[in-house]
Amino acid sequence: MMKLDFEKPIIKIEEKIEELKKMSTESGMDLSKEIETFETQAHEYKKELYENLQPIQKLQIARHPNRPNFLDWIQLLTTDFVEMHGDREGSDDRAIIGGIAKIGEQPVVIVGTVKGKSTKENLEYNFGMPQPQGYRKALRLFEHANRFGLPIVTLIDTPGAYPGIKAEETGQGIAIAVNLKEMAKLKVPIIAIITGEGCSGGALGLAVANRVLVLEHAYYTVISPEGCASILWRDAAKAGDAANALKITAQDLMKLGIIDGIVKEPMGGAHYDYDFIGQELKKDILAALEEMKNMSPEELKSDRYNKFRRMGVFNS
Amino acid sequence: MTLQDWFETRKEQQHAARPVDVKIDDNIGKLWVKCYNCNAQLPKKELESHMMVCPQCGYHFRINARTRIYQLFDENTFEEMFENITPSDPLEFVDTEPYKERQKRATAATSLNDAVITGIGKVEGEEIACAVMDFEYMGGSMGSVVGEKITSMMEEALKRKIPMVAITASGGARMQESVLSLMQMAKTSCAVAKLNEAGILYITILTDPTYGGVTASFGTLGDIIIAEQGARVGFAGRRVIEQTIRQKLPADFQTAEYLMKHGQVDVIAKRSELKATLAKILRLHKK
Repeated sequence: MMKLDFEKPIIKIEEKIEELKKMSTESGMDLSKEIETFETQAHEYKKELYENLQPIQKLQIARHPNRPNFLDWIQLLTTDFVEMHGDREGSDDRAIIGGIAKIGEQPVVIVGTVKGKSTKENLEYNFGMPQPQGYRKALRLFEHANRFGLPIVTLIDTPGAYPGIKAEETGQGIAIAVNLKEMAKLKVPIIAIITGEGCSGGALGLAVANRVLVLEHAYYTVISPEGCASILWRDAAKAGDAANALKITAQDLMKLGIIDGIVKEPMGGAHYDYDFIGQELKKDILAALEEMKNMSPEELKSDRYNKFRRMGVFNS
Repeated sequence: MTLQDWFETRKEQQHAARPVDVKIDDNIGKLWVKCYNCNAQLPKKELESHMMVCPQCGYHFRINARTRIYQLFDENTFEEMFENITPSDPLEFVDTEPYKERQKRATAATSLNDAVITGIGKVEGEEIACAVMDFEYMGGSMGSVVGEKITSMMEEALKRKIPMVAITASGGARMQESVLSLMQMAKTSCAVAKLNEAGILYITILTDPTYGGVTASFGTLGDIIIAEQGARVGFAGRRVIEQTIRQKLPADFQTAEYLMKHGQVDVIAKRSELKATLAKILRLHKK
């Protein structure tokens, strides 16, 4: 597993522990006390480190190549998944995948952006950057959910909607805008989860939801810190400063009242323990569904409208 | 192709080749103005009497919100609303300069509180609710104030049962308000959903330039979308796309004509025809 640069001190302690363990078995000496001391130290150090990550460090966890992707989430959260392909207008964008499945006993429509874990996969999924056709496919699935009264769960991990010639020609802006508007009209519960990167309109296009959850080390922002740094600081190397200024972490978003909950990740990030994060997220999704169980279709709609109507800080 | 057609096409191409980020204020305060397109030296008075359109080549200069309102509305009919909604600095954002300082400078330069003017007025006698964006205020970027004023104006249209018109000019979401800006895309789009459901006509007029978060929200949600001639409109900026795909883009990329060719706008109007076009559309929807 790829280790991040700020994790190097931990690797050193862990190597030391391994060394002691090896020595203990080889020599027959009882080193359990020493090993225990190092293990406690490692644990304390990790706790301290992971609870006080800088935004730019969280960014690295959110983008870790082994972070669970949409296909993992399907495995971890659902049963009976049936993928629904295509926008019915000639395309099946692979950067957004969706279908019907059960979470616990509850059938849902589940839609998300997909990042690959290898170059080959990333070419197929376009690094999680959807084309307009992806947003249109998503909308088709949302409307399906609305027709059959199924709750909608979206899982978002995208560096943004794809900036390309064909994307512009076929209306990237319009596709996202239409999703924002049409999601406002839906009469079923919508839960959006930012699982990794939640960048800009490309993320929002699946996130006009009643409940928005963000994983502990995921981030949600109007522009990537690198993009922001290169525009405002005129220097992409200032991404760390931009990440601080933009207040993009789950913890900051909670304080700003933008999101409804933070999903707890295993120590070090979701990639260290798929089962742990799978169970946590499933529990939080089911709890959110339970909360909305008794809301009427009209209440669900106005709940969502009012949520976004309140957003913004200004003087008046 | 006749010779005249050839000249027309050539003009169009030259026009289209203009970079997106020409500074709007290059010509401010001068008696003579140089046309960005044909380089003609024009007396400013003459240019103003031509609605800031070059009388020689038809190049449309960018205009600010007040000029737009003056050009579009019947005399003395526009009444501003929600002017008391003003920006704050929720994130205490500092890049190379504090956001508060940028606000002050923008206000000093434009006498505006933020990048949109909202209000009610008449166009050839037809009453409309209207939001007019101003690119001179921080690149027309959409933060909390822009989102709130536009949403409030849409709610006013709903209440009064009159058509809503949004005239866009924006580089996109305002980075200094980060995710709060992003949420304005959702907020304004949800308000359009309400207009749709109530059968209130919503028209958007896209002017140069309209990009990013405004293109991807209320800007392109009009029941009818008009692009002003010469407007560049897109989701991603030209440079971002060039860097991503590592190839040069066609000269007409993201122009009004390009948008129309790709089915994204209903009407392209010259500035001189904009008022009459809008009024015609309004009358056709009158019950």
